[in-house]
Amino acid sequence: MDCTLDCTIEDLKKKAKAIRLNIVKMVGPEVAGHFGGSCSIADIVTALYFYKMKHRPDNPGWEERDRLILSKGHAAIVQYAALAMCGYFPMEELWNLKKLGSILQGHPDMMKTPGIEANTGSLGQGLSMACGIAAGARLDKKDYKVYCVIGDGELAEGQIWEAAMAASYYKLDNLIGILDCNKIQATGFITERFDTNPLNEKWMSFGWDVTEIDGHDIKQIIDALEQAGKADGKPKMIIAHTVKGKGIPFAENTAAFHNGMMSREQYEMACRYLTD
Amino acid sequence: MSIHNQRQVYGQTLVELGRKNNNIVVLEADLGKSTMSCLFQQEFPERYFEMGIAEANMVSFAAGLSLTGKTAFVNSFAVFASGRTYDQIRQGVCIGKLNVKIIGSSAGLSDFGDGATHQSIEDIAIMRAIPNMTVIVPCDGIETKKAVMAIADYNGPVYMRLCRNDLEDIYPEELDFEIGKPRILRDGTDAAVFAMGTMVSEGLKAADRLEREGISARVINVSTIKPLDEDYIIELVKGMKCVVTAEEHSCIGGLAAAITYALRKYPVPIEAVAVEDCFGQSAESHKELLEHYGLNAANIIQKIESVLL
Repeated sequence: MDCTLDCTIEDLKKKAKAIRLNIVKMVGPEVAGHFGGSCSIADIVTALYFYKMKHRPDNPGWEERDRLILSKGHAAIVQYAALAMCGYFPMEELWNLKKLGSILQGHPDMMKTPGIEANTGSLGQGLSMACGIAAGARLDKKDYKVYCVIGDGELAEGQIWEAAMAASYYKLDNLIGILDCNKIQATGFITERFDTNPLNEKWMSFGWDVTEIDGHDIKQIIDALEQAGKADGKPKMIIAHTVKGKGIPFAENTAAFHNGMMSREQYEMACRYLTD
Repeated sequence: MSIHNQRQVYGQTLVELGRKNNNIVVLEADLGKSTMSCLFQQEFPERYFEMGIAEANMVSFAAGLSLTGKTAFVNSFAVFASGRTYDQIRQGVCIGKLNVKIIGSSAGLSDFGDGATHQSIEDIAIMRAIPNMTVIVPCDGIETKKAVMAIADYNGPVYMRLCRNDLEDIYPEELDFEIGKPRILRDGTDAAVFAMGTMVSEGLKAADRLEREGISARVINVSTIKPLDEDYIIELVKGMKCVVTAEEHSCIGGLAAAITYALRKYPVPIEAVAVEDCFGQSAESHKELLEHYGLNAANIIQKIESVLL
């Protein structure tokens, strides 16, 4: 990056806004889409693709690239927007989302979409896959990093904790988990279902190095990602406190837009809000 | 007649593969001394992943390793390797056609003492139903070695099941192994016996006895249940008066289903030797269970005679 960090942060904020606008546009009005959990990680995904990760959109299979596994695969649209804006495929592909024969499926499909690293969507599996990639990197003596975004609702899946144990047992310090803590699952508040708190203590007791940040503060995201590079023998978990549906006022902090449909009026409103 | 144990042969073959190929990695869920993946652990500890008693994570972890170019062999008892991990295999391994080999040990009724919870009579049905999956059941130690070598060379998901107990050698040493290729182990003209795994030797015994009665049976070892070459299966039954399938597996979704589907356009009477729609149970020997559920030469003969006589 040539400009100062402040300048970078302003650029990243614009990118994150553009990603949110593309999310709204690719789903469109009167069609259901996973707006909530996609918008909650838009700033994190922006910081990863446009700041932190080393990757080559013109060569998605570049061996030295950092990997991002979206364990909460239902948020695929935020990754699609980022990948298209990076140049992995033409922006026009976004408008074919979930159409028959499209390269952009409802959930991430590595066989169809350039830049997608693994097939996720059945919750709880992506973190295990990320562990396997991190272990493979170590066998190959590669120094790339493996990032894995998981959801707080997803923590109810037992396999997450199997992966948590495996990562610390194998000292996978090249693995960086990012927990999207938006507090809401498909049908309502997580605290009213299986309350997965206290998160910090849970991950620490499983042997992870834990940081807590505001997941919409680009500076905090960048700082946490920079610090997570330490080779200290521990896997890293960045607990990112976020707002479900962040950036689309009427979709914020509600389960209604976990996989919700915007009316035409709401669609116009969201587009206006994200264009200003 | 020599005797080998498929698990032992499998473990030794993994070691041979590991010496030739640095990309072979092996994962285990605390059953290494039984599945014999422990042999690989002794020689290549850095490429051996003990994953604890957590099969789901093991499969997804293996998927991750394969994404870095590794050929991952995942081990557990067949009932767990196919059952506890179905979703991980379907979603994480098969949709992406990843290079993960699921090895189901102590398959069928071969874990005789442990009872229904540890016996796998649905594994072939479950694994066969997943697109992109290849399903292999070697009939003895000789074929096990050849099959393990072959699946290591194949880039894609494979499910292979192995018997817990010693088996007599029946696969001709000089015969090569090719994924997807059924092999005639004994030729005949009246009836075709399609057998899988431990039932191949029973098929051969049945053919011996039938010959004394003047009935000539062709015995085919179907060690690749999927993919199945339908044209070749039809070729093998042309002119036959009867077809019998034989498997140490449920009558639902296994070899009987595969062969019947392959022959759907070819009119020939088909009978099946398989476990009826029920669970297994504990017994004092594998043989005792096979007899109890009618998985033997006598039942194959009876099925053939019921059509021919």
